[in-house]
Amino acid sequence: MILNMGPQHPSTHGVLRVLLEIDGENIIRVMPDIGYLHTGIEKTCEAKFYQQVVPLTDRIDYLCPMTNNLTYVLAVEKLLGLEIPPKAQWLRVMMNELTRINSHLVWLGTHAMDIGAMTVLLYCFREREDILRLFEAISGQRMMTSYFRIGGVALEPPLGFFDRVREFADRFPARVDEYENLLTGNPIWQMRTKGIATISADDAIALSATGPTLRASGVDLDLRRDAPYSSYDKFKFKVPLGKNGDVFDRYLCRVQELRESINMVQQALDGMPEGPTKADAPKVVLPDREKMKTQMEALIYHFKIITEGFAVPPGEVYQGVESPRGEMGYYVVSDGTAKPYRVHMRAACLANLQTLPKMCEGRLLADVVAAIGSIDIVLGEIDR
Amino acid sequence: MALAPAITDLEQLKDHPAVARLLAWHPQAIESVKYDREELTIYVQVSSLREACAMLRDDPNCRFNLLSDVTCVDWYPAEPRFEVVYNLFSIPRKERVRLKVTLDSSSPVVESVTSVWPGANYFEREVFDLFGVRFSGHPYLRRILMPEDWDGNPLRKDYPVEGYR
Repeated sequence: MILNMGPQHPSTHGVLRVLLEIDGENIIRVMPDIGYLHTGIEKTCEAKFYQQVVPLTDRIDYLCPMTNNLTYVLAVEKLLGLEIPPKAQWLRVMMNELTRINSHLVWLGTHAMDIGAMTVLLYCFREREDILRLFEAISGQRMMTSYFRIGGVALEPPLGFFDRVREFADRFPARVDEYENLLTGNPIWQMRTKGIATISADDAIALSATGPTLRASGVDLDLRRDAPYSSYDKFKFKVPLGKNGDVFDRYLCRVQELRESINMVQQALDGMPEGPTKADAPKVVLPDREKMKTQMEALIYHFKIITEGFAVPPGEVYQGVESPRGEMGYYVVSDGTAKPYRVHMRAACLANLQTLPKMCEGRLLADVVAAIGSIDIVLGEIDR
Repeated sequence: MALAPAITDLEQLKDHPAVARLLAWHPQAIESVKYDREELTIYVQVSSLREACAMLRDDPNCRFNLLSDVTCVDWYPAEPRFEVVYNLFSIPRKERVRLKVTLDSSSPVVESVTSVWPGANYFEREVFDLFGVRFSGHPYLRRILMPEDWDGNPLRKDYPVEGYR
C-alpha cells in the first residue's frame, strides 16, 4: 500500500511530503517529495544588490538565520578581499553559537514531541525565548536579524548586552542537564531511539550527508575546526562523535554540541577584543549614522552604496560553514557589477534528506517519524 | 582590499594533487585551470567528467570523497552557455577543489556522477529542473522543486524574475 505522509503533517517539520510504500508495518520504499516551499530565492538574488541579498539569506534556513548571513557575507568578503576587524569576527562567532543553541533547542523540542515526550518542548522554548530576547536587543529583530553585514556587523551591541549574555551563559548548562535528565536515561526514549534508523559512515559520506547526521556515524568532520573561518581557530571546542549512527547517537551529538556552544559563547565573552565592528572600506560598508548626518563624504558614500551598490571584482567563491544541520555553502559568482550573477545555496538538509530512504527502508513505520526528526530538516533550506 | 591576481597557467599549478592526477591519466581531460582567491577550479572535458570524478575520489593523494555541491551557471547569451560546477571536499585532507564542465545550449547533456557519489542525486535533479541540463545515467531524472507539469526552466537567464511568461 502506498501511504502519503502529506505536506501538511505535524511531524514532518515543514512541508515535506514522504511517499511510503508499506506492507503492514514494514516499509518497502521511501520517496521524499519536496518543492512545496520553493520561493525562487536564488533567482531573486540575481536581481538585487549584494547588500540587499543579506535579508533574503536569513529566510533560507529560518532556524539559524545568522549562520546563513555569515556564510553569504564571508563569501562576498572573499570576493572583495576585505579584512574584517577582530571584534567583528568574535561577535560573529558568539552570535553564531547562540544561533546554533537556538536551532538545537527547536530541534530537541520538536523531535522529542514527535516521539512522545511533550514536556521537553516547553522546556526548550523557555530557553529559546531568552535567546530571542538577546537577538532582539542586539539587532531589533527576534528571528530574521540580518545582523551580519558585508564588512562586519550591522550595529554595535547595546550597553549591558554582554552582561545579559553572560548571565544567560551561566544559567544554561544547568538547563541542558535538565533536558538530559528527562531523556537520555529514559528507557522509553532509549527503546524508541537506540538502534533505530542507522546509517553507516560510508553510506553517509557517499550520500553527501554532513553535520551531526554524519558525525553520529563516526566520521570526524567539523568545518569550524577543519576549514576555520571568522576566528574559529582561536576557540577551543570538542567535536562530539557518535558510534552507531542511530537516532540516539544523533541526539547525543546535538546535546553535546549545546554544551560546547555555550562554552564557546563564554570564551567569546571572556576574550572579546576591542575595536571597530565594521571594516575600513568606505565604498562597501555603510558609514556611522552620526557621521552620515554631519560629514559630506559620508553622506555621499551612504547615498552611493544604497542606490548604486558596490561593484565586486569578477570571480567565484564557494564558502562552506558549519551550520547546526551540516555544511551550508554559498557559491557566489560575480561578473563585475553591483548585482551577483549567481548565488547558489548548498543546503545541508537537501543532502541529509537523501539518507532518509537508506535509513528507513526495511524498518517499521513508526520509525520514520523518529528518523525525520533526527535528521533535523528545515524545508526553507531544502526548497529555497 | 588586496586581492592576489588569479593564476591560470597550467605549468604553475601542475603540482597540485588533483591537477597532477588528471594530467597523469589523460592530459586532454583538463581544458584549463584557475587558482583564484585561494580556490582551485579545473575545467574538465565533458566526455571525461565521470571518470575524472571517480579518479579524484579514489586516488590516495586526492581522496575527494565528499561531493559538496552540484550546481550550474547560465551565461546566456554567451556560448558555451551552461557551466555545471562540482564542488568537492576531501575529508581526510580537508581540501576543496572545484570541477567545471561547459555545455552548449544546443545539447546541454552531461554524464551523471551518481555512480561515483550517490549524493549527487538530488543536486542533479535540481539542476535539471531549474536549468534544463540533462544528466545521462541518472536513476530518476524528474523535476524536484517545481511542479511536475511545469513548463520552462526558471533559473535560466531568459526566464523573467517576476511577472508572467
